Amino acid sequence: MSINLFLNGLPVSAEAGQTVLQVAKENNIKIPTLCYLFDKTTGLTHNPAACRVCMVEIKGRRNLAPACVTEVSEGMEILTNTQKARLARKTNLELLLSDHPKDCFVCEKSGKCELQKLSEDLGVDRLRYEGAMSKSNVPVVGTAYTRDDAKCVLCGRCVDACKQYQEIAVISATKRGFATTISGEFGLSSNEIACINCGQCVKVCPTGALLATNQTEAVFEALNDPEKYVVVHTAPSTRVSLGEEFGLPIGTNVQGKMVHALRLLGFKKIFDTNFGADLTIMEESNEFLDRVLKGTGKLPLMTSCCPGWVKYVEHYYPEFLDNLSSCKSPQGMQAALIKSYFAEKEGIDPKKIITVSIMPCIAKKFESARAELGKDGIPDNDISISVKELAVMIRKAGIQFNSLNDQTYDSLLGEGTGAADIFGNTGGVMEAVVRNAAFLIDKQETDVDIITLRGEAGITRSTLNIGGHQLKLAVASGLANAKLLLDAVKAGTESYDAIEIMACPGGCINGGGQPEHPVDVEYSDILKTRHATIRGIDKKKVHRISAQNSEIQALYKDYLKKPGSHKAHELLHTHFTKR
Amino acid sequence: MVKTNKEMFAELEAFIAEHNNDSAELIAILHQAQHIFGYLPKEVQEFIAERLKISAAKVYGVVTFYSFFTMKPKGEIVINVCLGTACFVRGADKILEKFETLLNLKNGETSADKKYTLTSLRCVGACGLAPVVQVNGKTFGNCTPASVDQILGQYK
Repeated sequence: MSINLFLNGLPVSAEAGQTVLQVAKENNIKIPTLCYLFDKTTGLTHNPAACRVCMVEIKGRRNLAPACVTEVSEGMEILTNTQKARLARKTNLELLLSDHPKDCFVCEKSGKCELQKLSEDLGVDRLRYEGAMSKSNVPVVGTAYTRDDAKCVLCGRCVDACKQYQEIAVISATKRGFATTISGEFGLSSNEIACINCGQCVKVCPTGALLATNQTEAVFEALNDPEKYVVVHTAPSTRVSLGEEFGLPIGTNVQGKMVHALRLLGFKKIFDTNFGADLTIMEESNEFLDRVLKGTGKLPLMTSCCPGWVKYVEHYYPEFLDNLSSCKSPQGMQAALIKSYFAEKEGIDPKKIITVSIMPCIAKKFESARAELGKDGIPDNDISISVKELAVMIRKAGIQFNSLNDQTYDSLLGEGTGAADIFGNTGGVMEAVVRNAAFLIDKQETDVDIITLRGEAGITRSTLNIGGHQLKLAVASGLANAKLLLDAVKAGTESYDAIEIMACPGGCINGGGQPEHPVDVEYSDILKTRHATIRGIDKKKVHRISAQNSEIQALYKDYLKKPGSHKAHELLHTHFTKR
Repeated sequence: MVKTNKEMFAELEAFIAEHNNDSAELIAILHQAQHIFGYLPKEVQEFIAERLKISAAKVYGVVTFYSFFTMKPKGEIVINVCLGTACFVRGADKILEKFETLLNLKNGETSADKKYTLTSLRCVGACGLAPVVQVNGKTFGNCTPASVDQILGQYK
């Protein structure tokens, strides 16, 4: 139902049920917000009206109203720009600042902090209120991310992201009043709670309270150590997001510039995790066909490349541990081969090699540290850094990213097919497995665009005919969706041959280590654009099936023999543990 | 007869089952758990979270929100001095001070031998008797610093 009202004296129309904030936005008025969060793709809505920086005046009301939760009504007269409203918003912000460390010079979030931006936008020109600080400025460090309670503004976005995206709610408001703190049970770090390290909480945090645990200096240290041979590899979805850190349009493909920048940073070899992704597909499609045709393992086969999802199964659904593909993730495979196949070919002592991965994800930091993904206490993948951390390194090194010309990956472990590129999107791994399985059975390339498996977020179910077999497949992203699938499989109401799960809604392109954007940039637009770029890259590739990757073919011929071989198992497969 | 840890957990489990493992009953369950164990240690909170299928963070959030719930073990004798407005204006601070001196404990502390816990609360709804002290649930009214000795005398 359409209604008529006035915004700053001008007549506007709106739909009943819309909020003042939404109507103002549609009419080109940006009302400041801090705690508010809305994500159209998944429907996540967080509007506790806690921060009070979106206050507006409404004629006839005694008090100011928070725009984020006030619904419009017929004839309403909204005034967003009166002295009373502006000063109230500013005062509320100043009060928030009174209990904030204000150590922006040494805060990693500086420049991207919403609190800092608000101070600028609302014209905070002095620190008007001083008082006791409610929390000490001592960070609680976890492998994947770090929490600094003193910088928390108690907006509660992280709590809702955890609850609504992943339905695990491992963080909560604890204590009360001035002492209120957002944390896991007993104030523990991310390592000690049933957290899957997806980093969606970090992504939505407006301040520096939640940050990926920064490992950039560890990488610089390795690069400056003449005894070390530092190798890097970059995940599929990193090339469509890194440019955003340097002001390029969302979703710009910067693969060539990224490779160039990594070379300038001093990495000895620059490999593509896409190679590892293609290899994952070789092993996983082999495992899938074995399980389906020979009954060698549990069905549905569940993908295991997402470290958030894997840890989720270990914590919450241990009964499905045997359903997980035993394949290591692309990061895991790539890293294992760098310290074996590559080291042997080049005659380098693997102990001298430091492997760094560039990931869209912060759960990869935790994966890197898994004891089973290493040899003799030395991890296969030494350091995993996020796209954002790579951007920090590029800036620290003074590299003018946007002016760089394109360079290509080093050979041996640097080739990737379109099937690897699509790992970045939800449904991509499944599509890549299907392409490869069909190719292996039919011995020829058939239609590789398996559109029925593609979805932007949520759950996609599909039945496909692969080499004469009717296979039931499901894809889900966001663990709230995964839970629906798992419970249905557990109850026997749905059955599948294979399931792909990605913890982050939309897949890795929306990972916890991906660049963030100001709140007024539509979340769904970011995902759509990055999705589309990945599709475009895949579409343009000559080879779009993993088995067609020539470096993969050489690897099997010279080293591994065939998928699922003894050597392949030793290097490329892993196991999972109930937590 | 002191209950074993195992017996206490069994009792709690039965209580949770009576409430159909319903997470909406969290507060009632925490009350009962504190009644059984005397306090709410980590293991008890984790046990409740697991049985109600909610995160331990959620349980911890509720436990730390309400001042009634405690994660510290309490003494055999729990002394609650009311510091509500009516009691306060009639000298409750002096009474608390007397307890602190006699027991050598600060407000909120428990003695090393786990015999006494001294805490304060805000209004028990018996303002006509102000100032009020509660010892193990029993209420003493019209207290004076002198009557503190008397009260403690009953709980040796």
